[in-house]
Amino acid sequence: MARAANKRQGAQTDEKGRRKNAAKRARALADRKADAMPVAPTMTGPQLDRHVDAELVSPSPKGGLKEVLANPYLLGLITKRFLAAQYAASVLGLMWSYVQPALRFLTYFMLMSLLRVHDGMPNFALHLFVGMVAVHYFSETWGGATRSIWQNRPLVLKMRVPRETFPVAAMIVAAVHTFPQVVILTIAAISVGWKPDFAAFGYGGLGLLLLMVFSAALGLLFSALNAMYKDFQNIVTTLMQFMHFLVPMIYPFSMIYRLRIDHPVMYEIYMANPVTQAVLMFQRFFWYPTIENADTKMPWCGHLKGNPEAFANCHIPVEFPPDMLVRGLITLAVSFVLLWLAQRIFKKFETKFPERL
Amino acid sequence: MATSIVVENCTKEFTLYYHRTMKAMATAAVRRQPLRERFTALNDISFTVEQGESVGLMGLNGSGKSTLLTLINGVMTPDKGKVLTRGRIAGLIATGAGFHPQMTGRENLFLNGAILGMSKNELNRKFDEIVEFADIGRFLDTPVSHYSSGMYARLGFAIAIHVDADIFLADEVLAVGDKPFKQKCVTKMQEIRQQGTTIFYVSHAAASVRSMCDRVLCLESGHLNFDGPVDEGIRYLQYDEAEEGLEATIDAELGADI
Repeated sequence: MARAANKRQGAQTDEKGRRKNAAKRARALADRKADAMPVAPTMTGPQLDRHVDAELVSPSPKGGLKEVLANPYLLGLITKRFLAAQYAASVLGLMWSYVQPALRFLTYFMLMSLLRVHDGMPNFALHLFVGMVAVHYFSETWGGATRSIWQNRPLVLKMRVPRETFPVAAMIVAAVHTFPQVVILTIAAISVGWKPDFAAFGYGGLGLLLLMVFSAALGLLFSALNAMYKDFQNIVTTLMQFMHFLVPMIYPFSMIYRLRIDHPVMYEIYMANPVTQAVLMFQRFFWYPTIENADTKMPWCGHLKGNPEAFANCHIPVEFPPDMLVRGLITLAVSFVLLWLAQRIFKKFETKFPERL
Repeated sequence: MATSIVVENCTKEFTLYYHRTMKAMATAAVRRQPLRERFTALNDISFTVEQGESVGLMGLNGSGKSTLLTLINGVMTPDKGKVLTRGRIAGLIATGAGFHPQMTGRENLFLNGAILGMSKNELNRKFDEIVEFADIGRFLDTPVSHYSSGMYARLGFAIAIHVDADIFLADEVLAVGDKPFKQKCVTKMQEIRQQGTTIFYVSHAAASVRSMCDRVLCLESGHLNFDGPVDEGIRYLQYDEAEEGLEATIDAELGADI
């Protein structure tokens, strides 16, 4: 193959790049294409002088999330294109993004009921659902954005669009898919007596921001990586398999909190995950206000009835990490730095897209 | 008149990757085959185009015409040198490249128009005009996957030509359309040329270039070897004037084969 390339580049061309039989080939081509395009007479009269009121600039889009958000009309249309592509030739269409989470929710709930993990834990279903919605949003954003550049390669290769538009559109699609779940979640919370206080709203907002920024950073980075090597979309799928177990939703956080004494390093690693922190904050927002006054006695507490002091202390501890707010703010700052870095890396890889896609 | 396009010492290289999987790479490494190779698609190209000029871009297949066009369109950026343009560009790099097969002609029309830089109002205003020019009739609301290749091309061209661009790039994309439509397109291009739009026209059809352009650029293996009047350019490309030069080439070719 090296020889073939040499032949192409060196042996047959002179220093100006002219091939030896160029004239012959050009004539043959011109003969074949002679009437490929018709001739239209040049218009008579003087040509108008078109005054262009613009500077000489590079024609390629500057890129960056700023430019993407500056043209919401285009972003909206491309988002619609994503939805059309996703549900092409499907009868249930959008419904599919609810069937899967619903089944997973039922599976976990039944399994955990059988294993009696949540005995004594009030509103466990809500606890689980909060986590699942957060993880669902995260996985849709990350996975969707990762595949976005590859899936839209005809557009990426032929049309001048800021390329960040594609991962951003994928993120919007993920949000659109998650929103009805949030509505169901809110209704469920209200039906079990949800009365959030100001702190709850603060935590909810911080958790949402954290999750959005972090998943945007990952999505942007991986969309560029996946254009180079398609292995990355499989890596994402593989990592997402673990995510349901890496956040406190099928087990209470207090179980993890107890482990910090024996395994301080593991605890720090567990807590460093922004998704874990976001899930905790959402639970503080949706779940905690419904159980503040609930009965948290564990079923085996009955054995301790002879010892009133032990019986009084025998309940499932509803705990949140005491440093949740500080840690969350630091992680948010780190996530913003990650997003900025992801954008830089995206920009660097972007010039290589045409030859890799 | 103002400068419309500036291309300065532009070089574009591509890396040819021969192996995509780890296994193939390992095998190639053992056999001492190259894993990748650099390929220069454009080599130190410089020229400027004034507003309102109509430039024909000619050259054999693989000489770098499309690469140059994508650089001016802004889809790619040069590795070395710079490309500058003034005003709005409508590129006909590939008609209907952005069309999604499952979406209807109408939806694709709006998406494509928006990508080419039209605003919502502009699109609504020009919608009827575009549909009429594309002449796709009742197929407007069917998915474009049901379109014939001619209809596909017609819709794509109709959108691009209505952008009201300052620079219009036309690749040989019209080859799919039927004769009357092509005629309509060329006439329309003459019209926008008359209005002072800079035109960049790629074609192998000498007569068409002659009528459309007032200047020709000839690319050969990534080198810009000719930049000047149309007739001279066509002659340069085909060696029309140098019959003995042609003989010499054929002889050399035969010699090389023996």
